[in-house]
Amino acid sequence: MSVDSLQTLANVGKGESTRTTLRVVILFLIAGAAIASRLFSVIRFESIIHEFDPWFNFRATKYLVANGFYNFWDWFDDRTWHPLGRVTGGTLYPGLMVTSGIIYHALRTLTIPVDIRNICVLLAPAFSGLTAFAAYLLTNEMTPSSSAGLLAAVFMGIAPGYISRSVAGSYDNEAIAIFLLVFTFYLWIKALKQGSMLWGALCALFYGYMVASWGGYAFITCLLPLHAFVLICMGRYSTRLYVAYTTWYALGTLASMQIPFVGFLPVKTSEHMPALGIFGFLQLLAFLDYVRSAIPKGQYQTFLWLFAGGTFGIGLAALVVATSAGIIAPWGGRFYSLWDTSYAKIHIPIIASVSEHQPTAWPAFFFDLNMLIWLLPAGVYLCFQQLADEHVFIVVYALFGSYFAGVMVRLMLTLTPVVCVAAAIAISNVLDTYLSAKSPKPEDRLSDEATDAAVKKAPKGGLKSTSKPFVGVYSIFSKGAVVGAMTIYLLLFVLHCTWVTSNAYSSPSVVLASRLADGSQHIIDDYREAYQWLRQNTRDDAKIMSWWDYGYQIGGMADRPTLVDNNTWNNTHIATVGKAMSSREEVSYPIMRQHEVDYVLVVFGGLLGYSGDDINKFLWMVRIAEGIWPEEVSERAFFTPRGEYRVDDEASDTMKNSLMYKMSYYNYNTLFPPGQAQDRVRGTRLPEVGPTLDVLDEAFTSENWIIRIYKVKDLDNVGRDHASASAFDRGIKKKKATKKRGPRVLRVD
Amino acid sequence: MAPKNRNNRDVTPSAASTAQTSATSSGSTPQAAISNPAKPAVNKSVSSSSSSSSSKQDWNAVVMNLANSYRDSTPQRTKLIDAFMAFLVVAGTLQFLYCVVAGNYPFNAFLSGFSATVGQFVLTASLRIQTTEANKSDFPSVSPERAFADFVFCSLILHFFCVNFIN
Repeated sequence: MSVDSLQTLANVGKGESTRTTLRVVILFLIAGAAIASRLFSVIRFESIIHEFDPWFNFRATKYLVANGFYNFWDWFDDRTWHPLGRVTGGTLYPGLMVTSGIIYHALRTLTIPVDIRNICVLLAPAFSGLTAFAAYLLTNEMTPSSSAGLLAAVFMGIAPGYISRSVAGSYDNEAIAIFLLVFTFYLWIKALKQGSMLWGALCALFYGYMVASWGGYAFITCLLPLHAFVLICMGRYSTRLYVAYTTWYALGTLASMQIPFVGFLPVKTSEHMPALGIFGFLQLLAFLDYVRSAIPKGQYQTFLWLFAGGTFGIGLAALVVATSAGIIAPWGGRFYSLWDTSYAKIHIPIIASVSEHQPTAWPAFFFDLNMLIWLLPAGVYLCFQQLADEHVFIVVYALFGSYFAGVMVRLMLTLTPVVCVAAAIAISNVLDTYLSAKSPKPEDRLSDEATDAAVKKAPKGGLKSTSKPFVGVYSIFSKGAVVGAMTIYLLLFVLHCTWVTSNAYSSPSVVLASRLADGSQHIIDDYREAYQWLRQNTRDDAKIMSWWDYGYQIGGMADRPTLVDNNTWNNTHIATVGKAMSSREEVSYPIMRQHEVDYVLVVFGGLLGYSGDDINKFLWMVRIAEGIWPEEVSERAFFTPRGEYRVDDEASDTMKNSLMYKMSYYNYNTLFPPGQAQDRVRGTRLPEVGPTLDVLDEAFTSENWIIRIYKVKDLDNVGRDHASASAFDRGIKKKKATKKRGPRVLRVD
Repeated sequence: MAPKNRNNRDVTPSAASTAQTSATSSGSTPQAAISNPAKPAVNKSVSSSSSSSSSKQDWNAVVMNLANSYRDSTPQRTKLIDAFMAFLVVAGTLQFLYCVVAGNYPFNAFLSGFSATVGQFVLTASLRIQTTEANKSDFPSVSPERAFADFVFCSLILHFFCVNFIN
């Protein structure tokens, strides 16, 4: 490129309008990158809904599209939680489904015939583009340098911590909730800075949308009051704060109460009380503020002390009375587990059993955020340097967010935005300082070698720390080194993000991928195979019993009623299933009959080495059942005398006789030569004689044995119990067909 | 609040009167309600203070001062807003008392009525703050007209939610 064209190119970036154009173009490119990096799963696999919860959301969306909004709102679903049913319309966050429903109908109106599934699959990537934009806006409120905003947008777009919940197909509440979270924060900052009711109202509206979308709205409900409280404690109460906060709270709380699932919670539960408390506190402050402006100082002092003391006492007393009288519900179990990480393990196994509720392991921070995590403190430090109201927000958010991210893996998601913003502030500060601390020649702006000019010139702009001229900084070497290092870090970050996205977060988990010996990809599609079998070979209202993990998938893919699903609203019902799975057949059978179970579905990874199977989850079933029936199910009985969890010859009798064990290993040893049966997950050799099943018939086993489906036998025709009936059957078989493995079993008997 | 500033704001009279109208109409809807925690609390602390060690005279002086400065330095339109706020406090207190005495059975209705008054109260308070001369430096981007437009917008949202929630 000639010098001339370089010159013109450099001049292009000077005008305000061209800068704006550039910014818009860059933002679009960022949105494109954010969307593109989330499409790995579609390219590798196909356009399919992932995992567990998304299947429910997908099913609910289909219901919404098919039956209209009002039916959806009043939806009572009798195909889940048999025989209880679920008031689905009142127990879900409708934001996600309504969003895709609106998009669907909008596209239809524009005569673009698009399948609702594709909207659901691609909703999360589309919203990630918006999230990047929201991060840009939020960061721009923090710092005058627009490069920080663009950096934040890039980080937000590709940070694995956010991608983990928003790849294509991950049709979960978080898909839109993170956008709403960031955008609500942006509106809050805007409202606070301008003291405008309008922005406060917009903030409240988006907060309402957030409440409609994700249970994590409590994060905003707690963070905004905390921010306000910190500001007040710093002596930064202002009328702007009053206007912004009270507008947000008054409208936002009402908006949140419109969602049936939330309902009266904002006035009843302790999680929402800080917001209410700060609201009341601000009224007092506003009143005091007014009084102070109206009367002399000396009088104000006496007034203040008595007034404040009296009100505080009354408020505290009211809170204590209300809590002890049960008007305000005590903190929920999930909330306690945020403070004491072992709380859930002791008291609520169902919460502890969910892997995303586990405390975060420290490498996860680096895995999900890479270099951003060590730039976070730098960004927070820079916020401390300026420390206007909005910077306090970042500081508070960073502290609050890191604590919660450390407690619960899932909350990494709420930390990611602030990490991106803080890191962007830090990096742009470094780059601004080193790149623009000189250079009268505009074309030198971006090239490291050209930074030699004007060493003597005082730095324009840049960081406060450079206000003390320090000659060493202006040499080519130091600039080149720092900027080069930063560039390399940024490139490595992109590499890391792409790698993590493609390797860790793009698996649908419904479809598994493996590599064949020649390196080609082999798709393991057992789940869909089995669900399709259910769909085609069972009655429309056949009840399927499985562990709750698979409830949503069965409902979504097989379209059959289930006993329990991932909603987990009824712990006793789940414990019932756990008890059926972990008890002897004679105990389980009446339970299954009472619940009209037709088929039982288990996931077994022993053949393939698929570790997320039911035997590995079995202890949770036992624990949850034990929580309800401590005298009938005992976790200890499932361990060997030496306290090991084994499935081989040494397994305890309780283990070997449990329905789950039998269903998993039934007929399994017929795959192998005698005595060679091997469980590849547990890495053990199984007993030579496989378990027998009296009350169930094997109905279906998928190609790789991952899903096994059993049919519950009807009562015996001549009134025998199932054990003797099947013993009799085996006796018959022995005479008729000697090549079956009947004889061996008989000898054992 | 500097006394010399009184009445030199140039809000159009219609704006003020509209404020009053919208206020009245919202007040006259069945939901109404309370509350400013501040005002009842004031009375309490005043009464408790009189019984406490600090001298009664001090308090009389403080209250007198407050009343005087309010009377002298508040523009007429702001007084209108204050009257509306006082009305909201009364309405809110009545609802709350009703809830305490007669039970909260249609809790939706109580909540939306009560929130309507609380919400309207804080919105009106915000309007009052934004239109007060002395606070002008706090709100460089909010002119009194803009404040009133915001107020109307927010009130519309508020009452939409309330009506939707009232069942």
